[in-house]
Amino acid sequence: MSDIHMQIDGKEVIAKKGDTLLEAAKRADISIPTLCYHEKLKPYGACRLCLVEAEKNGRTKLVVSCVYQAEKNLKVRTRSKKIDKIRKTLLELLLARAPDAPIIQDMAREYGAEKDRFQQQASFCVHCGLCVRYCAEVKKKNAIGFIDRGIRKEISFIPEIAARECESCKECFPLCPTSYLQAAYVLVKGLTFLPEPPDPQVDLLDQGMEQGNEKK
Amino acid sequence: MDIEEINQIIDRHHGEASALIQVMLEIQSKNHWLPGKALERVAEKLNVPMTRIRNISTFYKAFSLVPKGRHEINVCMGTACHVRGAPRILETIQEETGIKAGETDSDLKFSLETVNCLGCCALGPVVEIDGKAHGKLSSADVPNLLKSYE
Repeated sequence: MSDIHMQIDGKEVIAKKGDTLLEAAKRADISIPTLCYHEKLKPYGACRLCLVEAEKNGRTKLVVSCVYQAEKNLKVRTRSKKIDKIRKTLLELLLARAPDAPIIQDMAREYGAEKDRFQQQASFCVHCGLCVRYCAEVKKKNAIGFIDRGIRKEISFIPEIAARECESCKECFPLCPTSYLQAAYVLVKGLTFLPEPPDPQVDLLDQGMEQGNEKK
Repeated sequence: MDIEEINQIIDRHHGEASALIQVMLEIQSKNHWLPGKALERVAEKLNVPMTRIRNISTFYKAFSLVPKGRHEINVCMGTACHVRGAPRILETIQEETGIKAGETDSDLKFSLETVNCLGCCALGPVVEIDGKAHGKLSSADVPNLLKSYE
C-alpha cells in the first residue's frame, strides 16, 4: 500500500491509504480533542471538536479530522486562533447541555469556554451517538437508538431488547460522556421492565445510588 | 390491518431492506398509522433493526405511531392564508370536530393538523382534506364541508 506523506503541525507524517487525519495524527503522537470518536466505531463526525485546518495548494479549509482522509502533501494545523475559537464555542454549546460532564469540563478549561454563555438546556445528552453506535456496531444488539429529530432528538431504548440484553452487558455505560445514558436506562428499566424476583424496588434504588456516586 | 396485508406489501418490495421507507409509507397510507405489531413484522422480514425503524418513523412527519382518523385535515397557516382568516377557519373546525390541532377524535373520523404552507396561496385560506384542497373558504362553509366526509 502506498504511503502518503503529509505534514501535521509542521511534523512530517507518513499515513496509510484510507487513514483519517485523526488516525495519522494519533500515530505521530499529536493529540486532537475528540468527544464522539471511538477506535472500535466508524467515524461519525458529530461533535466537530476534532476540526483542523487542512492546507492544500495554498488553500486552507476547515475539516473534521475524524472523517477527513489523509491526502498527499496536505498541511494540517491542529491548533490556531481560528480553531481554538470554534472549539471554544462548541464547548460552550456542549456545556449548555452537560455542564457537569468531566470530559467536557476539562476541555472547556483548556479552551477557556464559559459555562454560562448559552442558556441551559433541559436534556444533558450531547448526541455523540457513542451508545447507539456501540450497541449497533460492536454488540450488534440494537437495543438503543435515536428517536425524533432536531431539537427533540434523543436516545431511546427498545424495552423488549433492553430487558433481555442490557443488564448483563452495560458496555456502553462507561462510554457516555455525560451519564445521560445511565439515567435513560434507569428510567426505561423502571417504567417498562417486568419486575424480577427478589425486590425490583430495592434494585432500582441501588442503581440510582450507584449512579449518583459515579457522577461525583 | 392484518398480518397478511403487511406480508403482501413486504413481498411486493421483494423483502429488501432498502425498501424500508416505501414499505412503511404503504402501511401508513393503507392503515393511517403504524401499529407496533406491523413494525415488528417489517423489522423481522426486512431484517432491519427496530432502532432504525423507530428512528425513521419518528423522524418523518408522514408517519404516525398513534392511530389517525379516516380523514386527515390539514389547515394551512401560511402567511397568505393567515391574513385571509386561517385562524378563524381553524377555530371553526376545532369547534365542529371537537379536537385540537394534532389530535384525533375518539371514533377515528378526523385527524387535525396545521401546516405552514400548502403552496397555493392564491386559494387562501386553504384546507386540505385527504389530499384534496378546498380553497377560498369562509368559516360558514366549514360545517357543510365536514359533513360531506363520512
